[in-house]
Amino acid sequence: MRQAIILATGIAAAILLSRNIYNIFLVMPDEANQGAIWRIFYFHLPAALTSFFLFYLGAGASVGYLITKKPSWDRVAAVANEIGLALALITLVTGMIWARIAWGIWWAWDHRLTSYLVCILLYVAYLMLRSAIDEPTLRGRLSAVLSIFASANIVLVWKSIEWYRTQHPGPVLSIRNGGGMAPGMESLAYWNVLAIALLMIAVFLVRLRQAEVQTEIETMRRYAHAA
Amino acid sequence: MDERNFTYMAYGFIAAWLIVVVYVLTLAAREKKLRSELERVRYMIEARDKKSS
Repeated sequence: MRQAIILATGIAAAILLSRNIYNIFLVMPDEANQGAIWRIFYFHLPAALTSFFLFYLGAGASVGYLITKKPSWDRVAAVANEIGLALALITLVTGMIWARIAWGIWWAWDHRLTSYLVCILLYVAYLMLRSAIDEPTLRGRLSAVLSIFASANIVLVWKSIEWYRTQHPGPVLSIRNGGGMAPGMESLAYWNVLAIALLMIAVFLVRLRQAEVQTEIETMRRYAHAA
Repeated sequence: MDERNFTYMAYGFIAAWLIVVVYVLTLAAREKKLRSELERVRYMIEARDKKSS
């Protein structure tokens, strides 16, 4: 069943991504002020939104683990946070490349960029913590606490462009009362959010299966070494 | 300016997809490692069971 879902979401993501890439590069005109570099937004935004979703999924699963102590919740949290971190890196790198053209600099220590960097560092710390502890219960408990703590920072990242006057552009999506995009441009961004999300569902399920096999191996190893 | 704009756009897309590809490659490498680890542990259990019987 899981194999079928991985295959179906992978194929759907590939079809949707092909359609979107065609539209982004060949149909969509250059943005009036920014020119071609504007197109980076179509990967920057979906990567950011999907990373936020995965970090919250990780936090939710961590709460589930602390309440139930079931290892399956810990695995979901670890996988969600790991993939979320990869997407957060994409967001950061694409944002920096866009900034080099739009602002003339790679980086600015403004609220949005700094809070997002802190967010990334927290999830790097999360993965380091997990790899440093061998005992599964202690690893699960400590990493769950860190995952919940790290997810609190996402609110700051999300709201920073409304709360503070930052170098980063303010909200542009109409759902955030931004209204800075033409309707055709905005809908394509949502289509790419869907495509990236589908791709990440497939990756998530593959990685989750690996985490389950890893747990199985650890159990078998304990059995093999038991007297 | 336009050419530089286009070049940086290409850098952005290459960087984004490179991170995805590197992550998928690490998944593939991890899959291979897990398979061999599973084989090894199964062999260890079989050897232990034979020894005890």
